[in-house]
Amino acid sequence: MSEADLAIQVDGLRMRYGTVDVLDGVRFDVRTGEVLALLGPNGAGKTTTIEILEGFRMRSSGTVSVLGVDPAHADERWRARVGIVVQSWRDHAKWRVGELLAYQGSYYAPYSSHAIPRPWPVADLLDAVGLADRADVPVGRLSGGQRRRLDVAIGLVGRPELLLLDEPTTGFDPQARHEFHELIRAATTRFNTTVLLTTHDLSEAEQLADRVAILARGSIIAAGTPGELASQFAGLDEVRWTENGTSFRRDVADSTGLVRELFGRKGEAIRDLEVHRASLETTYLALMHEVEAEQRAERTAAA
Amino acid sequence: MSVATRAGIRAGLIELRQSFTGTALLAQLFWPLATLVAIYFLRDNPIAGVGLGSLILPSSAGMFVALGMLLTAQHLAADREDGTLLRAKATPTGVRGYLTGKLVLISVTVLAYLVILLVPGALVVGGLSADATGWLTFAWVLILGLLATQPLGAMLGSLVRGSRGAGVLSLPVMGLIAISGVFYPITALAGWLQAIAQVFPVYWLGLGMRSALLPDDAVAVEIGESWRHVETAAALGAWALAGLIVAPFVLRRMARRESGSRVEERRAQLLQRVG
Repeated sequence: MSEADLAIQVDGLRMRYGTVDVLDGVRFDVRTGEVLALLGPNGAGKTTTIEILEGFRMRSSGTVSVLGVDPAHADERWRARVGIVVQSWRDHAKWRVGELLAYQGSYYAPYSSHAIPRPWPVADLLDAVGLADRADVPVGRLSGGQRRRLDVAIGLVGRPELLLLDEPTTGFDPQARHEFHELIRAATTRFNTTVLLTTHDLSEAEQLADRVAILARGSIIAAGTPGELASQFAGLDEVRWTENGTSFRRDVADSTGLVRELFGRKGEAIRDLEVHRASLETTYLALMHEVEAEQRAERTAAA
Repeated sequence: MSVATRAGIRAGLIELRQSFTGTALLAQLFWPLATLVAIYFLRDNPIAGVGLGSLILPSSAGMFVALGMLLTAQHLAADREDGTLLRAKATPTGVRGYLTGKLVLISVTVLAYLVILLVPGALVVGGLSADATGWLTFAWVLILGLLATQPLGAMLGSLVRGSRGAGVLSLPVMGLIAISGVFYPITALAGWLQAIAQVFPVYWLGLGMRSALLPDDAVAVEIGESWRHVETAAALGAWALAGLIVAPFVLRRMARRESGSRVEERRAQLLQRVG
């Protein structure tokens, strides 16, 4: 894969606070145009990673390239190509929604090109995020969900080539979360925007992301499409059936093989067959369980 | 004009509209009007041929210019806390635009205070006498004063912790105002207090405003019985120069440290305090 096809390249990324390595050799790539979810439990270093990519935090060591530039030394031109959805909760509360978007957008005009006209016209953008009827409302009077949609709109107003979101749906109810996913999908397919988001919620990663990278204990322990990840961890499939009125259950790697064998041997006696393929959810939970157990063991050893 | 400057002016004007409409307007009017009432009651105490009220009126004008420093500090601290600054940082040339916006907002706010104070003051309290030279003095003292106090305020605002810290700042500033000859001639104070006051811009702003707006006889209560224009320009100019040189470093350092997790941290602290 050529350099131009990678929006983000991270290799050997290390972040040390005092004597503790929060990130220890993080390695992953994000391809141009894809949505990558950085998935991991709380405290895994997701926020630290994304803040390094945003250029808001200096790393201890390692190489990082975002749109071909090291964010630690990035200029305003680079900043104009990157959209950041900040969760700053109550800023500009007295500003009107449309006014704030137009103001934020005005900073991007010098970076407009024929290929990417900047900024995104306010009326269009408000329409895209479902706030068209709120243009004249003060930001402070928006509901929580509307406020977050405005945050996304501000992240998108400069027509970024890359959008970075840190835990964008924390505190959302399922409905709001669903709407948010729709919004990100619509906004990103429309302009082929590359997206990196962090989440601790596996189902969110599965629904939204083309690929998922799992960050645990300061490094990427697995990366791939949700399907690849599930098979990579070789979780066991669950097979249930009844045989002459008795229920059976077996956990096997090759569920298809087991079923073939069952029918071959018992034929008509097999009833109520159920096959549950290993889901990413069970493997992820098992994985997190493992990580926690290791951490506990380490603490015990240290004590 | 650069995009950041234009955007900053736009932001300044939008925030001016917000702070001079509705209930915000009442809060804006309170301090200059309260000062005016105080001056009104002191108008008849004669000192050096003019009423004390007439002496305080231009001095308070100087004080309000200096208070722009506190306003700047408060805005900066609050904007850091609620993430406004982080948003500016995430925007190309956004921090420059943000600071321009604050400069416009605070400068025009201070101007508005001066109008609210001086126009009714001149009519009700009286005793002012300003000719063309006087207004010229008023103009350069005002401009130098804004330049001397706002970078200073921005630095203070970036050094304090949150909006509470900015509130604590007002104590030393009030103390400084008390010894700077705003409400009574500075010559009535002990020599060492006079010396301290003359280090800071508040005294010079008051002196400059008195020299611009009072009749010449009023110079009798000043140090050395002189308006000391050269010293005023030098003192305010030195503060302005120092501020304009040092502030960009301090502000850049502050902006560099902002990130989503820091805003989140402060939010958590704030909620803890409330809850």
